[in-house]
Amino acid sequence: MTATIETAETAETAQAAETAARAALGTAAGTAAVRLSGVGKSFRGGATPVLDGIDLDVAPGEFVCLLGASGCGKSTLLNLVAGLDAPSTGSIEVPSGRAALMFQESALFPWLTAGENIELALRLRGVSGRRERRAEAERLLELVRLRGSHAKRPHQLSGGMRQRVALARALAQGGKVLLMDEPFAALDAITRDVLHEELIRLWESTGLAVLFVTHNVREAVRLGQRVVLLSSRPGRVARQWRVDIPQPRRIEDKDVADLSVEITEHLREEISRHGR
Amino acid sequence: MAADSELAQTDLAQPDSAQSHLAHIEAGLDALETSAEPETGRLRNVAASAIPPIVAVVLILAVWQALYAAKLWPDWKLPGPSQVFTSLKDAYRNGDVWPAVWHSIGHGAVGFGASVAIGTPLGLLVGRFKSVRAGIGPILSGLQSLPSVAWVPPALMFFGPTPAMLYTVVLLGAVPSIAVGVVSGLDQVPPLYLRVGRNIGARGLASVRHVLLPAALPGYLAGLRQGWAFAWRSLLASEIIVQSAGLGHSLGFLLKNAQDTNDMAGAFAAIVLILAVGVAVNQLIFVPLERHVLKARGLA
Repeated sequence: MTATIETAETAETAQAAETAARAALGTAAGTAAVRLSGVGKSFRGGATPVLDGIDLDVAPGEFVCLLGASGCGKSTLLNLVAGLDAPSTGSIEVPSGRAALMFQESALFPWLTAGENIELALRLRGVSGRRERRAEAERLLELVRLRGSHAKRPHQLSGGMRQRVALARALAQGGKVLLMDEPFAALDAITRDVLHEELIRLWESTGLAVLFVTHNVREAVRLGQRVVLLSSRPGRVARQWRVDIPQPRRIEDKDVADLSVEITEHLREEISRHGR
Repeated sequence: MAADSELAQTDLAQPDSAQSHLAHIEAGLDALETSAEPETGRLRNVAASAIPPIVAVVLILAVWQALYAAKLWPDWKLPGPSQVFTSLKDAYRNGDVWPAVWHSIGHGAVGFGASVAIGTPLGLLVGRFKSVRAGIGPILSGLQSLPSVAWVPPALMFFGPTPAMLYTVVLLGAVPSIAVGVVSGLDQVPPLYLRVGRNIGARGLASVRHVLLPAALPGYLAGLRQGWAFAWRSLLASEIIVQSAGLGHSLGFLLKNAQDTNDMAGAFAAIVLILAVGVAVNQLIFVPLERHVLKARGLA
């Protein structure tokens, strides 16, 4: 139940740690669900790059949490993996094709019902046949425990329910990688806790690789098999931790708390470097 | 810690019960967090929306009647409400009202329909392509501020007193306003929707059809409503200025005719009719349409 810690003070040693992680996970080239190699991103007019030299592999079926303070480029990184933006340097491989992306807001289309939102994703993925799409949408809604909500409009659902529909829509995309950009940050603590449990349940049953961005250390330790700490300005992989606490975990668990304290120390150190 | 792991073990030993436990918690949260929408009675709704305008009309009539009763102006300058009502009734008995109303509505509908058919693609072009926007955008805004009645003289010289002249003026009045409505509808589309659309695989035309157009619909409807107002104004302006056998008996003709016979009550009666058509089209077509769309999205 101990967490093995891989420390890395500089980008170079972070790279070495990533190589070690790759070896430990047994992800040879080509078998990773997501592979980032030397990824950098600068925006026009920006003095420092947002991301710099990011090397990161996510193995098939692995749950990785990306942690960092504001300005570390977490969201930028997800956009790059999702293909919504192109990296300035380096390369990103998602061998299974497109990765599904979830946001803090559910971003369900308000002109469609919950079920129609899912059906649209199925349709754009190429599932032909209205009846097939309907049946699959019903199945996915049942999977996120929202049976009977097909005809509900997004505004008629609570924030937690909307995120579950968004999750069902992401599953409807049929990829093997799920990217989540602080998906539970806007929810109340009770709902968030339940959705953590729900997400782990779905992750275990679907075998998706998950790349989960958060600034909540406890959340990262509660969910991830691996927690990757990014430094800010530029965003680099600062350290990573393997989390060997078995699921089901709870956010209140002592093991979760202990590791969170340790990670928080490093996060604070990263942040205070900018105050000097 | 020991208790935690024991609990974890019991959960692991009975995964089904743990699962159903989670399902119950979720069901409970869902039930607590979705409030039933309060159902107000239909009759009460109708009453609540009908009473304020009725009160307003009654107040206006009262002020009008008071001014008339005060005899500040002679009857031929300010007729009373009852005189205007009598004039309306006479016009109705003579069979002048319905043909004139339908004549104008017919021209208005055709002109508005053509304006929609032209303004919508024009707005899409301006909204989607930066170079087109830079070129045509300012011209559209300028045209919108130009009183469309200014087009009556050139249209009359070009087409003569024909329906083509009416339609030209209506088009020049309504097309810019509809196109500008489309552009502002497109501008208001949250970028998040477009990103989500791209992520779920909507690219090119699929993105326009499944994301951009439905997202822009509320702004578009507001543009259509304004477009109708411009179309109706432009039509009446040309009907009042230009009369000919080829244009027939329209509402504008009724009004101009009243002026020619120095019939102030008749002029007021014609204005009441023109106003009534404008209010009716708005309340019977545009308001319900917009309410339907906004309500479905939880915006009204």
